[in-house]
Amino acid sequence: MGLESNLTGTFVGSRLSDALNWARKYSLFQYPFVTACCGMEFMSTACSHYDISRFGAEIPRFSPRQADLLFVVGTVSHKLAPVLRKVYEQMCDPKWVVAFGACASSGGFYDNYCTVQGIDTIIPVDVYIPGCPPRPEQVLDALMMLQEKIQREPLEKQA
Amino acid sequence: MAEILLETEDGDLDSVPMSLQMGPSHPAMHGTIKMRLKLDGEIVSRSEVEVGYLHRGFEKSCEAVTWTQVMPFTDRLNYVSPLCNNVGYCMAVEKLLGIRATDRCEYIRMIMAETSRIGDHMTSVGASAMELGGFTAFLYAIEVREEIWRLTETVTGARLTHSYCRVGGLKDDLPPDFEPNWRAIQKKCRTLIDDIHALLDKNRIFLDRMRDVGVISADRALAFGFTGPCLRSTGVDYDVRKAAPYMKYDRMKFEIPVGTIGDNYDRYLVRMEEIEQSFSIIEQCLKQIEPGPINVDDGRLVLPNKDEVYGSIEGTIAHFKIIMEGIKVPPGEVYSYTEAGNGELGFYLVSNGEGRPYKCRVRPPCWSLMQALPEMLEGYQVADIVPTFGSINMIGGECDR
Amino acid sequence: MSKKCVERLQAHFADQILSTHDAAGDETVVLKRDKLLDVLKFLRDEADLAFNLPVDLTVVDWYRIREPRFEVVYHLYSYRTKQRIRLKVPVDEDDARVPSSYSIWPGFDWYEREAYDLYGVVFDGHPNLKRILMWEGFEGHPLRKDYPINKRQPITTLLGEKS
Repeated sequence: MGLESNLTGTFVGSRLSDALNWARKYSLFQYPFVTACCGMEFMSTACSHYDISRFGAEIPRFSPRQADLLFVVGTVSHKLAPVLRKVYEQMCDPKWVVAFGACASSGGFYDNYCTVQGIDTIIPVDVYIPGCPPRPEQVLDALMMLQEKIQREPLEKQA
Repeated sequence: MAEILLETEDGDLDSVPMSLQMGPSHPAMHGTIKMRLKLDGEIVSRSEVEVGYLHRGFEKSCEAVTWTQVMPFTDRLNYVSPLCNNVGYCMAVEKLLGIRATDRCEYIRMIMAETSRIGDHMTSVGASAMELGGFTAFLYAIEVREEIWRLTETVTGARLTHSYCRVGGLKDDLPPDFEPNWRAIQKKCRTLIDDIHALLDKNRIFLDRMRDVGVISADRALAFGFTGPCLRSTGVDYDVRKAAPYMKYDRMKFEIPVGTIGDNYDRYLVRMEEIEQSFSIIEQCLKQIEPGPINVDDGRLVLPNKDEVYGSIEGTIAHFKIIMEGIKVPPGEVYSYTEAGNGELGFYLVSNGEGRPYKCRVRPPCWSLMQALPEMLEGYQVADIVPTFGSINMIGGECDR
Repeated sequence: MSKKCVERLQAHFADQILSTHDAAGDETVVLKRDKLLDVLKFLRDEADLAFNLPVDLTVVDWYRIREPRFEVVYHLYSYRTKQRIRLKVPVDEDDARVPSSYSIWPGFDWYEREAYDLYGVVFDGHPNLKRILMWEGFEGHPLRKDYPINKRQPITTLLGEKS
């Protein structure tokens, strides 16, 4: 917002960052980059039974430019990797990434010629969710972990 | 929208054809499909489908693991109905071995495969409805699936990727309270499915976008290698469960629903009716099933129980050999096919007598369906791509493997 | 039931048939490549055969086990006469090409592209024979037995690194 450099480390700055982070963590607009099996559990998490909207991450935006949380749900192959990277690059700062499931985190048991061994070889990741696929409860847990992480972020990272 | 308007010399507005890329990162393309479209105004004049974004090397991975370890990979083919894949793969290996599972095992496999089929069809119908704006129907459909998954979890221990079947048997028997649980869930599901019918069947928006859209004739469908609900929607009553009954399907009374013209609405109706048939098959299975062993009596295929493994040297050795070397399958080749959610799911296995498959080819029903998509879209509008693609029910894991 | 179609083939194309077997109940005919299209057309057009549903097409790689190295495998089904048949066509590594069956069943379009992509078998006369599961520029054919399982060919790099 242009003020960061002046306010960093000051009392006003830290209060301001608390307020901003609080607002941000409860209004996460997610971009589900759904490719594979985990998408089914993502559906379950988003639908009425588990209802991710209780945690302030209700509305999936299907345009990366309107989203600030990238859910990489499922296996990413080498053919898809440039697409993922482009989607990430199109998102505005501040942005966060969740690697949903074993494949997105590490390639899972697909240790072969076509699978990317974890999306962190392409883009930075904030939270990893294990499981093949993870249960909805795990996803909600990951979302809360991400919210804690957002709350702790210092002001200068919020350009 | 998609036209580029050009002003000609005499002042008329004229349009030129436009090409458009749709996907792979598009909400209706499931993240794994790209379409190149040639548009003449709003009309799709030509299209080309590009797949392979979810190619995970199924075959290559299977060649590196034992016959039993292939099971988790089959789960993730059609990940909406994993139990159908489990059953299909096990039956292929059993055919190669020349054995047949026990009666109780076959009934349980049928029950579980049918529950999976209900989940598959519900997801397909729900997702189609959502993409057309019917979000409520989607929520109801997912609720049905959720109920079913909670039940399968009590049986298999997993919500989605079950790995429930084993060569020559099953991981576990049904829990004792399965039947009452199923009855309770069935009742709930029926209410929800009735609600979906009420929401969609006569919904003007839904009808307008589904009826007479994505039409394919029976002859063309056969020539493209269609199977499953998409083929049946054109009026061809080919269902593997009837045409070549496997397991105990020959003892079941059920109908094959067929459509008339092969449009999206027919595919929707066929799927909804198949759900009813699945309910009835499960009901009949529960009536006919009798107590008995679930695994074949063959120490070379089935793991010994834990008491033997820990209590006797023979048990330990048998356990070790099956786990480390894998079961031995005689050399040969076999093609075995079952009716999965999307149609004929075939496994073509080649064995050279070792503990690992020499080749484990899966014939994915979606693959045939997807290649006909350009023909099904030609002459329709851009907006018709979404319901047509949705009603084909492409599943990335199965299509690209 | 399916026995009949093997007999019909033997009567018409005796010189094309290398061997037959019916292990596990799957009728199989091993064919020469020369008149493959004639055989396929015969199977589709004869009224008592009428194989109108192309089921599956794949390749088996017998690297260092058998000669010739590749075997193209067709599975066909007839909806009307309820028969199934498997055809196998062995081809050499140096001359890994078979005529395309696209003109007979459009349903083998993608199957042939896939076989070309993953095994490198060329289908002569296919209108659009290019890679389908892998991307253009991928080197080699991953399902060949001599392609290492984890030989990766990434086409993008970590964000921030020079690609």
